[in-house]
Amino acid sequence: MEGNIAEMGQFIGAGLACIGMGGAGIGVGHVAGNFLSGALRNPSAAGDQTATLFIGIAFAEALGIFSFLVALLLMFAV
Amino acid sequence: MAGDGDHGGSAFNIHPMDQFRVEPLFGTGEVHWYTITNATLWMFLTVAAITLLMVVGTRGRALIPSRAQSAAEVVYGFVHKMVEDVAGREGAKYFPYIMTLFLFILFSNVLALLPTSFSTTSHIAVTGVLAVAVFVTVTAIGFIKHGPSFLKLFWVSSAPTVALRIILAVIEVISYFVRPVSHSIRLAGNLMAGHAVLKVFAGFAGALGLFSIIPILAIAGMYGLEVLVACIQAYVFAILTCVYLNDALHPGH
Repeated sequence: MEGNIAEMGQFIGAGLACIGMGGAGIGVGHVAGNFLSGALRNPSAAGDQTATLFIGIAFAEALGIFSFLVALLLMFAV
Repeated sequence: MAGDGDHGGSAFNIHPMDQFRVEPLFGTGEVHWYTITNATLWMFLTVAAITLLMVVGTRGRALIPSRAQSAAEVVYGFVHKMVEDVAGREGAKYFPYIMTLFLFILFSNVLALLPTSFSTTSHIAVTGVLAVAVFVTVTAIGFIKHGPSFLKLFWVSSAPTVALRIILAVIEVISYFVRPVSHSIRLAGNLMAGHAVLKVFAGFAGALGLFSIIPILAIAGMYGLEVLVACIQAYVFAILTCVYLNDALHPGH
């Protein structure tokens, strides 16, 4: 077993940071699911709101991407 | 950055991050700012493809459009409607900028899906420049249009108490300056993750021998998903630019 403690911490930290992406998954699913349930109640109004849907998904996803960034930084930049 | 470690001594030395290497197109050597690399080549091909569709494709200006002309018209109409819907009627003035961004990102995302191609938008250096350009442009438009009262964007006057408004102002300022970061990393991260996953599965296919049909089928499915992601990420980048533009044109809550 080669390596040192700092490298081990780097890998463990990158793995832990990836947990944050699960939160983004919950958020995106919440946005899309609520959009679908609203759209099935009133399909005529749904078409105009797809832009809002994608903006909502993009904002929810941004936080997951921050954790992905932390993982990448730990893996390759530190 | 990636791909410089050892490959663990396995039989198949496909490193999933090797495909993102920027290398000189002619010969080997150091990469300077003027070196023609594979990134340069694929950005040039992106611009050439856009020119082919939008300039050569619509040259006929036929009343009954050809296939290329109707494709160009559909893209034009789609982006124009998006800009007007999200940024309002004044936002239509900035339509050429958003159209350029959308087409560049869409075409380089889709061209990156060709086998052995290089995905320019999976590099934060590329998307970062685009996102910082959007950030600077939008901030400049806000200050030119509204002067110092543009800062009202950070002051949520509909909040009930002053203490709450101060807390919200801090949050708004942070979220404003995080915009270029999330804007660029969303695009680069999605593209990079997708391409890396394809390469990881390709590595499985090499290692499994006869059973490699399973990862190959998975790659086929994932590839369809990647086509979807390529289009959606271009759309998201463009529509977020419209949202930021709308904030600059109509600040205040």
